[in-house]
Amino acid sequence: MKRFLPLIVLLVMAGWIAGNWMPPKTAKDDVDLAKFGKIPVLVGGRVKPLDTVARNSLLIIHGKQELRLENGRTLTAIQWLTEVLFNAPAADQYPVFVVQNDEVLGLFDWEQSQRKYFSFTEFSPFLKQIEEQGDQADKLEAVQRSAYQSAILNLRNGLTLYQRLKNSVQFEGTKDFAAELKTYIANLPDAAKAAVQAQRGENFDRSKLDEVAELIQKYEKISEMAYILAVPPLDRSGEWHSVGDSLLHSVATGEIHPTVLEYAQIGDAYRANDHGQFNHQLDLLTNWFAKEQPNAVKRASFESLFNRLQPFSQSMALYVLAFLLACASWLGWSRTLNRSAFYLLLLALAIHSFGLFSRMYLQERPPVTNLYSSAIFIGWGAVIVSLILERIFRDGIGAACAGAIGFVTLIIAHHLAGSGDTLEMLQAVLDTNIWLATHVVAITTGYSAMFLAGMLAIIYIVRGVFTRSLTKQTADSLARMTYGVVCFATLFSFVGTVLGGIWADQSWGRFWGWDPKENGAVLIVLWCAIILHARWGGFIRQRGLMMMAIFGNIVTSFSWFGVNMLGVGLHSYGFMQKAFPWLLGFMISQLALITIASMPLEQWRSFRAADSSSPDEQMPEPTAA
Amino acid sequence: MLRKIVDITTSLKLTIVCLAAGMALIFAGTLAQVHLGIHEAQQRYFQSWLVWWPAEGNGVRFPIFPGGHLIGAVLLVNLVAAHVKRFRWTSRKFGIHLTHAGLIIMLAGGLFTDLFAVESHMQLQRGDTKNYSEDQRHTELAVIDTTGNDLDQVTAIPESILKKNRTIDHWSLPFRIVIKNFYPNASLKMSSEAGSSATPIANQGPGAMIAVQPLPRTTAQDERDVPAAAVEIQPKDGGGSLGTWLVSDGLGAPQAFSCGGRTWMIAMRTARYYKPYSVTLQKFTHEKYAGTEIPKNFASKVTLIDPERNVNRDVLIYMNHPLRYRGETFYQAGFQQDDRATILQVVRNPSFIAPYVACVIVAAGLLWQFGFHLVGFARQKRGGTA
Repeated sequence: MKRFLPLIVLLVMAGWIAGNWMPPKTAKDDVDLAKFGKIPVLVGGRVKPLDTVARNSLLIIHGKQELRLENGRTLTAIQWLTEVLFNAPAADQYPVFVVQNDEVLGLFDWEQSQRKYFSFTEFSPFLKQIEEQGDQADKLEAVQRSAYQSAILNLRNGLTLYQRLKNSVQFEGTKDFAAELKTYIANLPDAAKAAVQAQRGENFDRSKLDEVAELIQKYEKISEMAYILAVPPLDRSGEWHSVGDSLLHSVATGEIHPTVLEYAQIGDAYRANDHGQFNHQLDLLTNWFAKEQPNAVKRASFESLFNRLQPFSQSMALYVLAFLLACASWLGWSRTLNRSAFYLLLLALAIHSFGLFSRMYLQERPPVTNLYSSAIFIGWGAVIVSLILERIFRDGIGAACAGAIGFVTLIIAHHLAGSGDTLEMLQAVLDTNIWLATHVVAITTGYSAMFLAGMLAIIYIVRGVFTRSLTKQTADSLARMTYGVVCFATLFSFVGTVLGGIWADQSWGRFWGWDPKENGAVLIVLWCAIILHARWGGFIRQRGLMMMAIFGNIVTSFSWFGVNMLGVGLHSYGFMQKAFPWLLGFMISQLALITIASMPLEQWRSFRAADSSSPDEQMPEPTAA
Repeated sequence: MLRKIVDITTSLKLTIVCLAAGMALIFAGTLAQVHLGIHEAQQRYFQSWLVWWPAEGNGVRFPIFPGGHLIGAVLLVNLVAAHVKRFRWTSRKFGIHLTHAGLIIMLAGGLFTDLFAVESHMQLQRGDTKNYSEDQRHTELAVIDTTGNDLDQVTAIPESILKKNRTIDHWSLPFRIVIKNFYPNASLKMSSEAGSSATPIANQGPGAMIAVQPLPRTTAQDERDVPAAAVEIQPKDGGGSLGTWLVSDGLGAPQAFSCGGRTWMIAMRTARYYKPYSVTLQKFTHEKYAGTEIPKNFASKVTLIDPERNVNRDVLIYMNHPLRYRGETFYQAGFQQDDRATILQVVRNPSFIAPYVACVIVAAGLLWQFGFHLVGFARQKRGGTA
């Protein structure tokens, strides 16, 4: 039994994930929203499936990727978006907008209560007021905004996004869109004739002209508002347009773009609750896309699969479990639990890697392009190095580090995703894969190694002070691992920092500009250099090395997050006021650990129990001057 | 005594003290950037020998911390001295020597760049041709002889001399210029609007109606100082004064006067660096991603004309693709006026190659050293567990 336990654990977890990955069943006669979610559209400069638009929009507006209605029913993101696109009056009743700030609620004479979600209909009397207040807040820098100003600006942005969504594929509230389009296209020639006649001062048919003019006004409005560019170009070099734009082009071409017509018919079927017709028209649209836009379809369906699999959430769960198993292995049953943890980590790493490489494929970029992806990558790098350590030492330490760092970095990534699309387009200056692949990857690998060294040191301190499990052998191997990982971090941080300088020299003409992010990077390099020199000079031994490695966590977190919070410089791409208390808390916790580590060794449980030989005396010879 | 000095200069403790001081300085300097702006914090913390408290003012000031230059210099001396003293030609130490040699090149290169690199801007509207770039952070007083039809003779007096408020007597000019009040930053107002307290400091040209209000130098990143001064022109052949003019970057067009039978223009403007070639902007493009405001690319199509070298060609300057020509590099830095004007950053940095060389050497050294450890470690491990 014990022999097979690791395998059983692995199989159970693999089965659990496979279960999560089973596609949700749609009844045959229900609308096929999974298929609808795969339709490619252009939003934010990138072709993506409607499913992604739905998830990101709901995340921005609602803070979650699904919507719970008051009657207990839960809508998926795509269910919600379909309603918004085709049946706006119904969607207006859904409680999607999240407002918790009491001053914002006070604007509308609402008192703070249990309820924090509100519907569009509830806000509709106050839209103008919200717009004005939001504009005022928008003029300030993010750092200067008060809680009220941030909240009202959020609400304003959410409402704007929602209204743009509603008018993306049809004018909101249109009942019979396909018929309207038919009238429009049929009357266009007559209306054009009437317009020419009117200009010449001849008699003309006013009713035809007015009818078309009214429609054109509507289409101009949705052309201005549209958030989604749903109409692909008919030739390779063309651009994507919104439905409104495309309908205005129809004046010149005399034809309606096939996708516009299909969207109209799908919408009409949806409102009529005619599931058969909905699925039929959807098939036609899908087939058209498959023929005309095969590349867009391929990417969009892959992305919608990626959305459904949620690889990072799955691996997050595995990392926690592996961490617990690895920790348990120090108390007993070590080999079995150790191996179980190791297998689980391999599975987690495989899923994590799948996610990472999928993002690279979708974005056609190296792995790190923003703060979110840096968190994913830092975790990934640290897990790989930890697993290598685990293979060498086989004592559960590498496994525990892998589990802990993998979990924490993915949690951080999860919280960084709130601002919408994490696969956003890159600013002009970042539009260079060579530097993204070298400088950014090297720097983030350096972060990974710093956090790993810090984690190893934490294990040393916690096991030494609070348990009896830190034997001399374990202590020595921990020290060796930490030292090696610090060396690794030095190499990558240094090379990454200098490559950053070279990039800056290439694009701005200066190698070094004392930008806060540059300063953060050089702080890490300096700290690594201090650790190594202190160790080589014999100024620190095992415990000193550990304390300094933990302080490395503080330096690295400042460089990773802290400098972005300052809101100055070229790299301040991710300002996050909300994360500040967390960062501060993390730094304080690390200081607390350092304080604990400075307790006299007699107080450490591991050394109190064992014979009096403290590990400080058995540090290997310094290897270099 | 000498021995003790040598011991201290070559000690590892000094290295660690320098590195730690460097960390503290960079941390403090980074936080200071929030209030001071990047440039000012850089001047006070990193490009200085000592950090002073209070940072400005005429009262008593105390040096409270070593500045970037001091720490860098001590570290450089420490590195060089330690390696001269301890150099051993062994493969075990080879990586360490290599790494530190690279670091020495990098530190020295950094110091060299600080001293000799020149950064300036060239702002061009479509169709503009310029044979000079401008240094936004410095001012000069330009005295231009416009008598000739084709060629203007420009005599430029840099800010560092203007600051001293004294008389300038240059061989090329038939008059002396007396600098009366130099303000590094000032606001200009019509004296009728400014009230009775402010009286004009000049009696010639438009300056006679303008009141000058001195201001502290600005620290914001997107603001510029507007320097101003009153200058009196005294012909060298006697005859007293021609009058006092107000010159300022905020005034716009240069002001004319005649002296010695020639026509002169006088203006305070941003310092210019003239070049033996000219650059003409043909087109500026600013692409955005479809349906967004995210910039995709900025590009300037320019024509480069250098009669000395028989060059006349079109060049496309865009993000990450600068133009390198005659020791200067032109980078796409920004745009203005709704995409109608481009701003190119022009950099002359004779030591730009140092970090490239240093990076390769240090990386090779680190790889060697850590590789050496890793091999040793793997051997030891295999021996240990077998």
